[in-house]
Amino acid sequence: MRLIKSTAIQIKDKIVSGEIQAKDVVRSLFEWIRETEPNVQAYITLNEEEALKKAAEIDKKIENNEQIGLLAGVPLAIKDNICTKNLYTTCASKILKDFIPLYDAFVIDRLKEEDAIIIGKTNLDEFAMGSSTENSSYKITCNPWNFDCVPGGSSGGSAAAVASDLAVMALGSDTGGSVRQPAALCGIVGVKPTYGRVSRYGLVAFGSSLDQIGTLTKDVKDAALLLKVISGNDLYDTTSAREPVPDYIDGIDSSISDLRIGIPREYFAEGLNCDVLKAVKDALKVYERLGAKIIDISLPHTEYAVAVYYIIANAEASSNLARYDGVRYGFRASNANGVISMYCRTRSEGFGNEVKRRIMLGNYALSAGYYDAYYLKASKVRNLIKSDFDTAFKKVDCIICPTSPIPAFKIGERANNPLEMYLSDIYTIPANLAGIPGISIPCGFSKEVLPIGMQILGQHFEEKKLLQIAYAFERETDFHLKKPVFKVSSAKI
Amino acid sequence: MGMDRKNIEYIAHLSRIELMVNEEEMFIRQLSDILSYVNKLNKINTENVKPLVYPLNMSNVFRDDELDESSSREEVLSNAPSTMGFFFKVPKVIE
Repeated sequence: MRLIKSTAIQIKDKIVSGEIQAKDVVRSLFEWIRETEPNVQAYITLNEEEALKKAAEIDKKIENNEQIGLLAGVPLAIKDNICTKNLYTTCASKILKDFIPLYDAFVIDRLKEEDAIIIGKTNLDEFAMGSSTENSSYKITCNPWNFDCVPGGSSGGSAAAVASDLAVMALGSDTGGSVRQPAALCGIVGVKPTYGRVSRYGLVAFGSSLDQIGTLTKDVKDAALLLKVISGNDLYDTTSAREPVPDYIDGIDSSISDLRIGIPREYFAEGLNCDVLKAVKDALKVYERLGAKIIDISLPHTEYAVAVYYIIANAEASSNLARYDGVRYGFRASNANGVISMYCRTRSEGFGNEVKRRIMLGNYALSAGYYDAYYLKASKVRNLIKSDFDTAFKKVDCIICPTSPIPAFKIGERANNPLEMYLSDIYTIPANLAGIPGISIPCGFSKEVLPIGMQILGQHFEEKKLLQIAYAFERETDFHLKKPVFKVSSAKI
Repeated sequence: MGMDRKNIEYIAHLSRIELMVNEEEMFIRQLSDILSYVNKLNKINTENVKPLVYPLNMSNVFRDDELDESSSREEVLSNAPSTMGFFFKVPKVIE
């Protein structure tokens, strides 16, 4: 069982050298899943049979000395809003309960080409709308560090799976922080790439000008490897970028001695938990010791980011979710009286409350008479938020701040107050509005022994630099090596 | 502009969502809270600011119109809740 605690790079190296077989990895992973998943509840669908078949194929390739992929034999979990051919993709919504995609998302194609093994589909807030994974129609995922706490969201299943070794790596999606925030709350590494860096083809659309697929991994090097595999231009997503994809691992250990780190004063304000503040401040001391310069900066429109986001994301969502009409796929309500009534009943029974709230809010912001006051106004303020970053990056190479103002909170604690829940994304939302990349890495623990994450933001397409900066910190610290301790029998681990 | 019963019924209709009376009350309260929060945007002068729709500068992407493989009719119909022959089946549309 020790095997599955390793990173993807370690596992792949052992498989390539013949020390272990892909079959062994998959078998021990599913043993661990049977033991631990009942407590964590990270998965909606497991893919054991196919995973074993794929592992056998890889072992055969190695036996025959055939060329093998960059992720040969690495078990991956996929957020359940990314389409997987012949494997359920529910978006944690009742409306897509039995939906089986006809095609693989671009990122899934890439993973398969590189011989990764798909273990299963992970839990999320319905249609990725939430920050705690409590809005799932199927189950509540627990934080591996404390089962009474949320794993964050919306990629909470993917984050919890990686943190508890139920997967070696995972994919998530990040519209307003949905990769970085759960990574922070579960003590792992989460990357949201630049808008357009990774194709969105096959990612179920939520906020099309904000959505980006991202990685959840045990350390920074694994993130660099996985990001390299999934990045690149795709003809099926016209918003996907044509910029060449660098080798993110090559030179990851470069010196950061002349780095200029910007500290936005608006991010260290009221509402920031004192343990989080201390952990991030301590992390900055590590960077100073490495020779980096800490520079005080201002992002003056920060306080408006959440308001802008909830208008734009929901306006886009209300259009994107219009497709769920009970005709071509998914759930259809019975007892309808005519076609309009069928649409209404299907959507009322198929969507949960958070999704309904956002669709209605979005339609309101786009409706006649309110468009200028809400959607247009928000789009203008979005431009000001992006300009704040442009100005800041003239003076600094990167920006460092907390990923989340608080560590993991208790399940149910914020469930009845949507606005309060929205405010927990305050530090992650601006990057989506500006389209810039961000990475969250572990940087400490709270008094209650819950993980704390630090966010590093950079300019468009500077993922490589962000990974170098993150790696410089990781190499000096051991937060990423800490694992949650389970009360269940762990004699075999 | 606040959220009231008339408004919530109107946007529920636009959204093709039916609400129970107790749900209406809950959504009126929650959406009012959210709208009064987002109204803080009115504090900013945006007179000479252009709206930002996409975060990166992007231009149209063109390609030649060439035939490519597509899903079969059987596949496309395989996820439908109700079909008849080669068609999606829906309740009567025209009275």
